[in-house]
Amino acid sequence: MSSSSPVSAVGSEPTECRESVPKDVIHTNEHVLEIVSDSGEGAQKCGQIFAAVSAKMSYGVWTVEIIPAEIEPPARTPASASGNLIRFGRDRITNWGDEVKLVVAFNEQVLLSQHRLDALADDCIVLIESKWSTHSDEEICQQWKAAMEEIGESGYRIIPVPMEEECLRRVDDPRRGKNMFALGLLAQIYGLDLEKIREQIRAQFAKKAPEVSKSNCDLLELGVEWAEGNLDFRIEIPRIEVDEPRVVMNGNQAAALGAVASGMEFCAMYPITPATSVSHYLCEMFENYGGKVHQSEDEIAAAGVAIGASYAGKVALTVTSGPGLALKTEFIGLAIMTEIPLVVLDVQRGGPSTGLPTKVEQSDLLAALFGQPGDAPRVVMAPATIEECFHAMITARRIAKMFRCVVIVLSDANLGTGQQQFRRPALDERWHAAPPNHRAVGSDERPYDWDPETGLSQRIVPGQPGGMHTITGLNHDQDSQVDYGPEANQLGCNMRSRKLALLHETMSPPPIHGDDSGRLLVVGWGSTKGAIEEAVDRARADGHPVSSTHITFLSPLQPGLRDIFERFDHVMTVEINYSDDLDAPHITPENRRLGQLAFLLRAQTLVDVDCWTRVPGQPLRPGQIHDAIHTKLSSISEMETTPA
Amino acid sequence: MSDQLRSFFGCGLDDERTFDLDDYGDVVPRWCSGCGDHGVLNSVKRLMRDEQLLPERTVFVSGIGCSSRFPHYLNTYGFHGIHGRALPVATGIKLSRPDLHVFVVMGDGDCCSIGAGHWLHATRYNIDMTVLMLDNAIYGLTKNQTSPTTPMGYATNTQPKGSFLPALNPITTTLGVTNVSFVAQTADWVPAHLLATIRAAYRHSGFSFVRILQRCPKFTAPLFAEQARTPDLHEMLIHPNGVTVPGLDKIYKRSLEHDPADIDRARALSEESERVRLGVFYRNESQPRYDDIRHLPTHTAAQNIERLNVELDRYAV
Repeated sequence: MSSSSPVSAVGSEPTECRESVPKDVIHTNEHVLEIVSDSGEGAQKCGQIFAAVSAKMSYGVWTVEIIPAEIEPPARTPASASGNLIRFGRDRITNWGDEVKLVVAFNEQVLLSQHRLDALADDCIVLIESKWSTHSDEEICQQWKAAMEEIGESGYRIIPVPMEEECLRRVDDPRRGKNMFALGLLAQIYGLDLEKIREQIRAQFAKKAPEVSKSNCDLLELGVEWAEGNLDFRIEIPRIEVDEPRVVMNGNQAAALGAVASGMEFCAMYPITPATSVSHYLCEMFENYGGKVHQSEDEIAAAGVAIGASYAGKVALTVTSGPGLALKTEFIGLAIMTEIPLVVLDVQRGGPSTGLPTKVEQSDLLAALFGQPGDAPRVVMAPATIEECFHAMITARRIAKMFRCVVIVLSDANLGTGQQQFRRPALDERWHAAPPNHRAVGSDERPYDWDPETGLSQRIVPGQPGGMHTITGLNHDQDSQVDYGPEANQLGCNMRSRKLALLHETMSPPPIHGDDSGRLLVVGWGSTKGAIEEAVDRARADGHPVSSTHITFLSPLQPGLRDIFERFDHVMTVEINYSDDLDAPHITPENRRLGQLAFLLRAQTLVDVDCWTRVPGQPLRPGQIHDAIHTKLSSISEMETTPA
Repeated sequence: MSDQLRSFFGCGLDDERTFDLDDYGDVVPRWCSGCGDHGVLNSVKRLMRDEQLLPERTVFVSGIGCSSRFPHYLNTYGFHGIHGRALPVATGIKLSRPDLHVFVVMGDGDCCSIGAGHWLHATRYNIDMTVLMLDNAIYGLTKNQTSPTTPMGYATNTQPKGSFLPALNPITTTLGVTNVSFVAQTADWVPAHLLATIRAAYRHSGFSFVRILQRCPKFTAPLFAEQARTPDLHEMLIHPNGVTVPGLDKIYKRSLEHDPADIDRARALSEESERVRLGVFYRNESQPRYDDIRHLPTHTAAQNIERLNVELDRYAV
């Protein structure tokens, strides 16, 4: 590599020679790679296939989608960057890691966007489409030059690849199919199983003409050949064969499959990023198996239709994201008041308002917990892995039915669109709800026959002879008669709340990652689990007495938290939502606004819980959290050594 | 409902029970005396008695407002929900339980203002349900605010110098929606016509929208007083496919032959006229029904598991 230019000489000339170039082998236990293109050029598909195949080869995998908010933003701009980050390796991978080690970029502008995010390792290998450097449009050449100068300050190893030129040897329109050429490059670099890739390509294009699969497979070969003939390195990652059956999917697919596995047959929704794909998967399945996805006229109606379906005897699902959750507020309150079971899946994105539609945040926690006027107890739970997205739907359905309540499941864009493999679930008939009841109702039975101890009551649904009554969002008595009296209102509130206490009794304290006691406990919820635990492992390896715990049930809050917190000198949450930094202007311990979980934990446990939160619109990195742990530990030491 | 469905849900077979008016509810409503809602309630009970609807298979869904108390006064299943949102709830009920008879009762504020979006879409979905819009041209329960159907110039607490704008016409609006299938207008002070109209609506296969002009003695009495006592201020739309009430023509002498299949004429007739037109404006049972199209069979747990396992194979590593 020349010292004056970041551009490596290797592979800069297209070659007809297909002789293999001798390879330096880079041995590592894991790698992070990224494939990024203009929106619509297929980098995402390439990334998805790569991830699926590496998972099929027993590698641990975690992927993050890079999604522009627009369908076709102006090409060759940083805003157009679209693609996939894949972290994979020998062991189980639980988060996206710290730095990207290898990038395939379809133009220098999308590369620039990733460079500016400070996401690339200093020694990152960059494979970039070379055609822009000699483009007939002078402006493009200038842009290339400027970008390369900016990027040149880093230590990347840049390898120009004549992607389009190569593709033109097989296809007329290289914009369609360049991604398969790129996949071929990656397959050769990482030694992926080509037959498994071809299988995946055939499955992806199963609905299209056979020639489409064929030409995609041809381009794949071309990429492999080019890498074989031009690159002087390859990367070898050991594998540990697993003998348990596994599946690989993203969190939205897992949630959709979980919903069907739980026996939910009805989903009402309105399109909203990043939740919509849940309903796409459900539509596909329901068309084959029965069940319905109803696309409503708006978010409010989606909640209403789901509630109507639940009222009539099912447990229905509605799927949304932050702005939609806000619109459903009143209907969720109605479901709570009338004790109609309802599952609400919120795939969180950045807020407030339209915020960051395609990007991750954990900012809906307090809205999910307290979004309704009046006292409106509901269950809120948060899956932390893709696997948990599947099982959360089954748990949610069962709790909603058993406790006649609303269950809000807080997933997020990171879980929803990221892929990970997990043990194939062994499906169980007991996950399903019984069909609607048609038994006659006795004259002594009442629609809200609350057990005064537990608040539980049996639901009577339309169709049951003798059970006729009118449910109402007004305060009501055991017979569902409107009652504004002081005692009736107190009783209704008691009974709806009591159910949560009962559910709380069935829960266990969250497990602790690391020692049971120590200097600092990091507390998280939702998709940050993998990154937090990796950061804690690093801090422990540095010799620090740090542990973490991860909360699945936010309402009712899992038991035993105060006991756990008291075994640590300090407690700090790590969250992807906003909090004031204490050293920011005007911020004092008194006016400081806290992370949402920290706010909740302080209120609930009376422990002085601190927080470290960020809102970068992307998942937290273990390295960042590791740094935050170090900063916290040093500030604790400083405080302790400073005389009062 | 198909025979197959009927037998699946076990209804209508060998049911020896018969139902009288009181079986459909004997609660004294808490509406003001002189309120038009009383008359609508009586007609609805008569309809159910005449059709011998099974109380347990009948659901009344309402929103919020005076008229939305309706379900509380009936001995059927009832869903008294939130303001403007009766139609989505009714949609969910009918989509998941096609065996149920679904009625929706809304007021003018409920339907034409806060719930207007749902009104438009529910009309287009054309799901089999009977929709009664009780239009007293005012917000009653919140005490005398202008509604979309309050006539221009009529003073209320929110527009004390008179309503600023011409009133919204719910009939023309509904008739303007693609896939509309049944639109009628009647009045609480013509009980025989009221009953005949809601019967036609009930028997219509699809979304049947009935605007019922309804007196509010407290806040809009002057709007309806003269109308209610002057048959000549009415024009009855008559046709063998519409609503005909034997003997009614002796009192309500002004009538107009109108074939409800003719949508263009229906739209023309729905525009402002000298006289209030009562009858079926439009009726078309051949419009596609969303609940028919979207009817998919559901399966047992075992069947679902078998299919899901095939699905999981697609994701298998």
